[in-house]
Amino acid sequence: MTKSLIAIFTLVFVGKIRFRKLLRILDLITLKEAMKLPKEELVDFKKDLKKKIDEKKELNAYVGLEESGDGVPILVKDNIQVKDWSVTSGSGILQGYISPYDATVITNMRESGLSPFGRANMDEFAMGSSTESSFYGKTLNAHDSERVPGGSSGGSAAAVGAGVAIASLGSDTGGSIRQPAAFNGVVGLKPTYGRVSRYGLGAYGSSLDQIGPIAQNVEDTAILYDIISGYDSKDSTSAEMEYHPTAPNLNRDFKYRIAVIDNYIKDASPEIQKAYENTINLLQKMGHTIVHKNMTDAKYDISAYYITAMAEASSNLARYDGVRYGTRVSGENLKDTFIKSRSAGFGDEVKRRILIGNFVLSSGYYDAYYVKAQKVRYLIKQKYDEIFRDADMILSPVSPTLPFKFGEKKDPLQMYLSDIYTISVNLAGLPAISLPVEWSGGLPIGLQLIGKAFDEQTILNGAYGLESALN
Amino acid sequence: MDFEIVIGLEVHVQLNTETKLFCSCPTSFNERENSNTCPTCLALPGALPVINREAVHKAIQLGTAIDATVNKHSKFDRKNYFYPDSPSAYQISQFYQPIVENGYIDIEGKRVRVARAHLEADAGKNIHEPNYSKVDLNRAGTPLLEIVSEPDMRSSDEAIEYLKKLHSILRYIDISDANMQEGSFRCDANVSIRPKGDEKLYTRVEIKNINSFRFIQKAIDYEVERQVEAWEDGVYEDEVWQETRLYDANKNETRSMRGKEEAADYRYFPEPDLLEVEISDEALERYSKIPELPDQKAERFQNELKISEYDAKVISSSIELAHYFEDMILHGASAKGSITWLTVELLGRLNKQNLDISQSPIDSKKLCSLVKAIEDKTISGKAGKDVLDYLMENDISVDDAVEKLGLKQVNDDGAIISIIDEVMNSNMDKVEQYRGGKDKLFGFFVGQVMKASRGSANPNKVNELLKEKL
Repeated sequence: MTKSLIAIFTLVFVGKIRFRKLLRILDLITLKEAMKLPKEELVDFKKDLKKKIDEKKELNAYVGLEESGDGVPILVKDNIQVKDWSVTSGSGILQGYISPYDATVITNMRESGLSPFGRANMDEFAMGSSTESSFYGKTLNAHDSERVPGGSSGGSAAAVGAGVAIASLGSDTGGSIRQPAAFNGVVGLKPTYGRVSRYGLGAYGSSLDQIGPIAQNVEDTAILYDIISGYDSKDSTSAEMEYHPTAPNLNRDFKYRIAVIDNYIKDASPEIQKAYENTINLLQKMGHTIVHKNMTDAKYDISAYYITAMAEASSNLARYDGVRYGTRVSGENLKDTFIKSRSAGFGDEVKRRILIGNFVLSSGYYDAYYVKAQKVRYLIKQKYDEIFRDADMILSPVSPTLPFKFGEKKDPLQMYLSDIYTISVNLAGLPAISLPVEWSGGLPIGLQLIGKAFDEQTILNGAYGLESALN
Repeated sequence: MDFEIVIGLEVHVQLNTETKLFCSCPTSFNERENSNTCPTCLALPGALPVINREAVHKAIQLGTAIDATVNKHSKFDRKNYFYPDSPSAYQISQFYQPIVENGYIDIEGKRVRVARAHLEADAGKNIHEPNYSKVDLNRAGTPLLEIVSEPDMRSSDEAIEYLKKLHSILRYIDISDANMQEGSFRCDANVSIRPKGDEKLYTRVEIKNINSFRFIQKAIDYEVERQVEAWEDGVYEDEVWQETRLYDANKNETRSMRGKEEAADYRYFPEPDLLEVEISDEALERYSKIPELPDQKAERFQNELKISEYDAKVISSSIELAHYFEDMILHGASAKGSITWLTVELLGRLNKQNLDISQSPIDSKKLCSLVKAIEDKTISGKAGKDVLDYLMENDISVDDAVEKLGLKQVNDDGAIISIIDEVMNSNMDKVEQYRGGKDKLFGFFVGQVMKASRGSANPNKVNELLKEKL
């Protein structure tokens, strides 16, 4: 028996990992524990981890097993740059590309003794909610191999859910951390826009993207969040403000005013509605105050979000032209080479979004679509501000349904609608944490706590308390 | 029919910042291809732009120099188009809210309004080989200031005058090398015509790819002629449409860049990777302090040195010339002498060799010594020209050149008298004739004395002493 396993058993016996009963992850140490392991034990642990990953190959959460550094291994979504790795955003067009630099989050991790370890599968260019659009094929749900792991950070969440990653990094443009976290029974945090540097994150929707942690529990989530966040002069949209670490200040005992959005829940499936009600009751029992609010109709969120994200994406993805790196299919002339390379390199969903994005930006349509979407975005922000004048956080579903089956959502619009509970958070730039609250027929249900901008501490505290109460 | 020509100019100026507009790569020229690059200016996945404040400060300086509004809040937008020299396939520019608006530049008898000046990133360079093309991205991301005039100019002469004035201002405030050959000062001209008296603006054609003042003038003249001909032939609607044409200097003609149906749609939208550019009161105050401008310098020269308006304008038309002149004055040459010897003699010689003042083999101190030597009569004005010619080819001091050419002016009475005596002795017959009333012979004696002194005798003295002796 290896030293690390001894360490785990010791911890199990002293009862420190009780929560795993809920999470059904019984065979992996936490990030907090791993960070305390001596170097030699970490080496053994990594060997075991690789074995485990190999045993669960069919999960397809890892699309690469690169290692860089001898720190605590953290799985990294395939759109976050790690020096000397082939980082491909789950796309055919970036095959063969080797990143010459580290994203700021990777630099931050290295400085805290964490090392990037493996690339996580994802929807191509983070466009999707099921990880089905990846160049590398689908990733399975950690708890049901017939169902999707969610997306776009499906690999990052499934690996943690299946016990083959201690913790991982994902990115969230419209729910891409929170929804897969919910689908795999793990915790995921989408930080406030500007909290975590985007330098080195392959861009999808620049005004919406944020990197965030996915972990086995709230405390690990806070630890990894603290490590990756903070001002970065390389990202102009990074918030230049003092950073107060959240993990050492986690408090499960604070009592909060928690808003629930009454006109939202009708769109959720019965299992989700039930879990939502149960959680509201539990929160009240814990001594929190529930306040009832309404939001603007979520259909506006969908329109504003997809117009904004696709417009930005159409421009962000224009650099993949076959000239400097990645896939090139030579044509008869320059224009032909552009067309052939991009036609061969991009998948259908990416092409669809590029086309729509270009359309909404074209002259004659710009005001009707893009400008209008920004106005809606402003109104959504205002609506949130209004709620936060009377509440510390908002409780909301993450997904309107349980994890769905592969191929179930063939119509792209159906897929877009699965984001209704998550996208307004990105439009408003707010922080939100997704955590598992119940199981239904062997599938996890996650809910999210949405917080005020730059007040991650409050939602982490709320989630920490709820997590304890659930155990 | 009489036509009026309507010209508006867009000038792209490379700012002489240390580093690029959105990354910290150097902006230096003539480096190995693609060596001044980084993830940001190569547009690698995940790389982000960060504004170079130095470029913002230089834009403030220009805004001040052309008496424009410097916007305390401006924004960047993306201009989307595919081309290999634009690695991100969009140019970061300022479309909706530029940093500088509503300025003007005065040219002879006219005020040309400057609509706007905005910051944007330059593209790289495509290098075409017979069977393939190469891309050099060293220039990609170099800061540009695009300065856009209103369509206020009515002739190619006015256009050139505006450009020269703008060029001079840029050099005075030192925000750009403004070197046309190296491409740090690039001009696009928007040209249209209209029947005289008509207030309406007709179809404007943009001419690109012109890299010297002379070619700009030729390109505009050609384009005006093309449009007038089309009008007169009744095919204006068919042959003149809003488009971009390239100027071909070899054939002296403008050519259509793309077909009528292929209008570019740049799909501008706000750059989400950058915040608004904010200019603090302190920054605005600090960078609004700019050096003396050409017009101010000319006025000061006129007042302080009592020189003509014309001379003052010529001297102050370029910062290098003005500094050269100021240096001559500082070292004790007279204003009048400096102007003549600088603008007529030296510039004339430089022009013949296709050099500008900054490339002159004779620096301001040397020319100053020469002028002083002439003014204190060490040498004659005529000898001065010989010395200048010699100095153009030889890097030695004025004194050494005078010495070497044996042109030192003789002012010593004794020396001149002995020459006079010699000349009189060997021309006794002529002396007799002169004394006998043949006054015309005086010129002969002056010539003989000057000849004998090999031009070094002071002619005034020669005159004076000859009169006495004869």
